[in-house]
Amino acid sequence: MTTKAAPVIEAKGLDLVFQTADGPVHALRDVNLTVNKGDFVSFIGPSGCGKTTFLRCVAALEHPTGGSLTVNGMTPDQARQARAYGYVFQAAGLYPWRTIAGNIRLPLEIMGFSKAEQAERVERVLDLVELAGFGKKFPWQLSGGMQQRASIARALAFDADILLMDEPFGALDEIVRDRLNEELLKLWARTEKTIGFVTHSIPEAVYLSTKIVVMSPRPGRITDIIDSPLPKERPLDIRDSREFIEIAHRVREGLRAGHGDEV
Amino acid sequence: MNRILPVLTVIAAIVALWYAAAVWMNRAWVYDQAARDGAEVSFLQALPQTMTLERPVLPAPHQVVAELVKSTFGMKVTSKKSLVYHGWVTLSATLLGFAIGTGAGILLAVGIIHNRAMDLSVMPWAIASQTIPILAIAPMIIVVLNSVGVQGLVPKAIISAYLSFFPVVVGMVKGLRSPDAMQLDLLKTYNATGAETFGKLRLPSSMPYLFTSLKVGIAASLVGAIVGELPTGAVAGLGARLLSGSYYGQTVQIWAALFAAALVAAALVAIVGLIERRVLVRMGMAR
Repeated sequence: MTTKAAPVIEAKGLDLVFQTADGPVHALRDVNLTVNKGDFVSFIGPSGCGKTTFLRCVAALEHPTGGSLTVNGMTPDQARQARAYGYVFQAAGLYPWRTIAGNIRLPLEIMGFSKAEQAERVERVLDLVELAGFGKKFPWQLSGGMQQRASIARALAFDADILLMDEPFGALDEIVRDRLNEELLKLWARTEKTIGFVTHSIPEAVYLSTKIVVMSPRPGRITDIIDSPLPKERPLDIRDSREFIEIAHRVREGLRAGHGDEV
Repeated sequence: MNRILPVLTVIAAIVALWYAAAVWMNRAWVYDQAARDGAEVSFLQALPQTMTLERPVLPAPHQVVAELVKSTFGMKVTSKKSLVYHGWVTLSATLLGFAIGTGAGILLAVGIIHNRAMDLSVMPWAIASQTIPILAIAPMIIVVLNSVGVQGLVPKAIISAYLSFFPVVVGMVKGLRSPDAMQLDLLKTYNATGAETFGKLRLPSSMPYLFTSLKVGIAASLVGAIVGELPTGAVAGLGARLLSGSYYGQTVQIWAALFAAALVAAALVAIVGLIERRVLVRMGMAR
């Protein structure tokens, strides 16, 4: 990695303890991670490993109880106020009473863009996710995959440098998922955004990422960070290559090791 | 066609039952009458008489329909005997009360979801208010308002609002709270204000709940307006019509007024349903 660019996301000794009725739950313990500009970082691990929680900390939707976390050199709260990131949730979460264009306009309205600029941006991001011409449709008229693409367009509309995605394709079938993965890579290449991507699919993580963060539960922690040697240009059949299989193997080992010291 | 048949069957069964009940309940009067005249009547002779009495215990369906038609279409609408006149008096109080009740209900719901103190304090009172029989509280409202010089339409409308605000509060609180955590988080990532969250997410989400409440509320409004007419000894309105009917033993008139009230209620609910359909289709929430 080059050292000249300032890190986009930097976590040092990050801790998060939830106080629940059953006592404290250690959701994150001593998480150290540096994400540079233009990285595609996947967080992989079983449920309860804190991968979503970490993403939510970056988005200032959760607040760490220890350690330090900066986003674009600011605190997560400041970064949120500066609208540094777009967040894509597991479900598309489109408003049923708004058209696709209306849904994409939602953040733009809140952020006070002019009417003309809103229209121009909606067109642009619809194009970007290959939904041009669907702006006037209502969400229920679109398939699940198209809805999720619309929600990505919504996150892209206001030009945040960072895109945080929490299992965005988790609810979709394998074939649609493959297509969207391919499109996401193209989108990433075109927009040069920094992407944080939560998944529990090993092939998805390896196929997409420049950096794979393997996590394990109880307490949620990082067990391995893998810098992918795969080239930036990735056709789908790269998944049959030797390097791909080696990385996937290392991820699997990391996941197993995380489970090993627990049982 | 296959929807009409079951409906007609049920109606036919009700009408048949009603005729049977009318004969059974009114025959005693017919026999008494005959006994007083020193005559002996057989059941078959008594049968037609049980359906034509002027003050039957239970009027036969055709008597009620005849009275309903006569007092709706057979009178000038300004006449004190016209059901249109009485219906309008009640309807105007209903609509005003419905408007007040809906407005108050929505305001209370907005307060409840935004203010923890209101959340904890208002709902128990709202529930308590509905456990008090409206018949007990209606005269007091009339008397109190009368003492400060408010008469006529407004007291009735307030009683009507008293009944109709409750379903709106309950429905709107539920509706305004219907957005899930993910949708609220999404707006948080945009750094949206409370007002934006309300206007862009909570309010539109609550629309289906609101309309369901409005359907209950408008029927309750009509009941409230009629009840509001009873203790005042009002001279106009469907409630007054019911009251005068019972004073003079005019059972046919009572039943006709009851049916008029039921028809008005059905029409009001249907109108709200129609508006609901239009609004939700325009919002893309109904297909």
